Amino acid sequence: MRESSHPLAGLRQRIARLAASGGFESRPAEGWLASGHARFDAAIGGGLAVGRPHEFFAADALDATSAAAFAALVALRTPGKAPLIWLRTSDAGKRSGHIHAPGIAELGGDPDRLLLVEAPDPRMLLACANDAIRCAGSAAVIVESWGKFPLLDLTAGRRLALGARDAGTTLLMLRLNAAPVPSVAETRWSVAAAPSRELEANAPGAPAFDLELLRWRGGPAGTRWRLDWNHDEKSFGDPALSGALLPLPARRAMASHGAAAA
Amino acid sequence: MRIASVDAAALAVGLRVGMPLADARAQVGELAVVPHDPVPDQDWLDRLAQGCARYSPLVALDAPDGLILDIAGGEHLYGGEAGLVADVEMRFRRLGMTLRHALGPTADAARALARYQARPAPDEGQAIRRLPVAALELEAEATTALVRAGLKTIGDLASRPMANLAARFGADAAMALRRILGDAPSPLDPRVVPPPVVAERRFAEPLGSSAHAAKVLAELAAEAVEDLAERGKGGRHFRATFFRSDGLARTIAIETGHPTRDAGLVMRLFAERMDGLADPLDPGFGFDMIRLAVTRLEALGATQLKLEGGAARGANEDTAMDELADRLATRLGRGRVRRFRPAATHIPEQAQLELPAIDAPAPLPWQAPEPGEPPTRPFHLFDPPQPIEVIAEVPDGPPQRFRWRRAFHAIRRYEGPERIAAEWWRRRDNGGLTRDYYRVEDAQGRRFWLFRHGLYDEKPDPRWYIHGVFA
Repeated sequence: MRESSHPLAGLRQRIARLAASGGFESRPAEGWLASGHARFDAAIGGGLAVGRPHEFFAADALDATSAAAFAALVALRTPGKAPLIWLRTSDAGKRSGHIHAPGIAELGGDPDRLLLVEAPDPRMLLACANDAIRCAGSAAVIVESWGKFPLLDLTAGRRLALGARDAGTTLLMLRLNAAPVPSVAETRWSVAAAPSRELEANAPGAPAFDLELLRWRGGPAGTRWRLDWNHDEKSFGDPALSGALLPLPARRAMASHGAAAA
Repeated sequence: MRIASVDAAALAVGLRVGMPLADARAQVGELAVVPHDPVPDQDWLDRLAQGCARYSPLVALDAPDGLILDIAGGEHLYGGEAGLVADVEMRFRRLGMTLRHALGPTADAARALARYQARPAPDEGQAIRRLPVAALELEAEATTALVRAGLKTIGDLASRPMANLAARFGADAAMALRRILGDAPSPLDPRVVPPPVVAERRFAEPLGSSAHAAKVLAELAAEAVEDLAERGKGGRHFRATFFRSDGLARTIAIETGHPTRDAGLVMRLFAERMDGLADPLDPGFGFDMIRLAVTRLEALGATQLKLEGGAARGANEDTAMDELADRLATRLGRGRVRRFRPAATHIPEQAQLELPAIDAPAPLPWQAPEPGEPPTRPFHLFDPPQPIEVIAEVPDGPPQRFRWRRAFHAIRRYEGPERIAAEWWRRRDNGGLTRDYYRVEDAQGRRFWLFRHGLYDEKPDPRWYIHGVFA
């Protein structure tokens, strides 16, 4: 029995060392991808932490574009020319539509920063994501998936998270048409389209997003936000309120399910 | 229009180069005429010259329709001059070419003999002396003047004092004559093919394992990179060929988005490609030769490293990004890693080009957003557009409700129409129907881009489509 206690003691020491060094989760982030909305950023400690995975769930299959646009805009509003690597499967164009660069340019983003990678299947998508996340110098890596993603289990998620931490890259997981499941993500969001502020002659206005923070490692979850995108200032802001309060979303059931799963 | 070139049959019925086409038609009833296009002719001549590299490394183009080969010291490989000529004739006949050839002591003499020899002669010297004065290729007036003076052959001219010829027709005429006679040097201007960077290794004993072959490839890569560094070049395309002892060969190629001299990067890309092969590299009875060729070179200056070693920080990240794009393109296929470029058209689905990132397309400016206006182009675009069912208040008016993917959407807000006409200047049928685009928002706040395909006066019952989704 004496011999067998040696490995145990070794493991204990290792755990103690890990705890002393602060471990993985409690290490401070190297920076943030800020939205430009002061209260929103302050509420999640400065923005989306760099070097960590973040998950964006489309609240409904039809909200895929809102979720994708939110993730892309948060990454593209960082100054500089650092590329945004966007990984998707080849059938994504048929499902949620092809990424339309003129549309991104009209949102104030620079489409030249976009590097689009189309993987033939989810397995390859994950393999490429692991490579992309280990490559320093990108503004962010967006991994877009549709439906359940059984390959992305806790182990695979952990591997991605470690790669992101080591290289200091930010991973934005775009989960479309999927229900939230437990994962190692730093923050988890549910994104939906919100009615825009109407312009003259009842025209639709600037893009608006309904966000719900489903989970946050650093604090309480459950906050809801409604943000407007202002492409002139390249930042998110408060929607110009026309007196209307947030409508109680009909998607409440799914949202609470997500919070429970985390 | 004049005739630029004729074939043997046309020559036989009396057609000549330079003759007006109308005259030729009058002379011959059924004339097959092909427009003269010099550029493909030049390309073809260049390809023939490439093929002639088998006879001699010194091949010069004599545009538009001649090749000059310096065969000195190489003819014995074909069993003498006659054997070499027979081989050339056989290969050119196989290509469907009519060949007229001559051998000469100097390049200019051979050229003149091939182009102007009319009468047979006992030996080379006699043949040259019997050439018509046209072989000097002087101006037409000068040639006529010589013929009128009774000087019809090169021999006639050569027997007169050279100074008189120079005084009457200029130094160029005297020089041309001396070159044909071999008194003045007539240097060749050979077609220069930059020797590609090739590193190869032959084995006395065939290599039986792929792992060992990969190791040899790494050594070859290091050699090739040294060669590249000496030339101040970087490689974009690399081809490794594994020759098996049973005579088969397997070629594996990689490419990079930027010229590189990094042997480690090249080997990582090769490893990536070999891992992804559907049928792995099979040594069979062993490889007896491995060759690494750099098939595309680009200028790449020497890089300054920091004193502590390693490149500067910013450059490092850029190269890391380039390498990532190369690696993913090697794994997935070059067309699957793309960058966007704007295209100058109003047709939405053609307004962007997705080009392989490995081709490193130069960025072009994008359409900047209107300040204070919402985006007019969607974030996601459906290509092809998806058909929807629309209920509109009046046939020509904006949509009120639409059904897409089995769900109804009630439209709260709309803007439009934005009328995008077909590109009538591109296609003969006026390019198709006009589209009326509407930007709409449904009750849940989702913004869509719908269009009616065709105006009511273009088509009786135009269909509606959804073309994209806004953020």
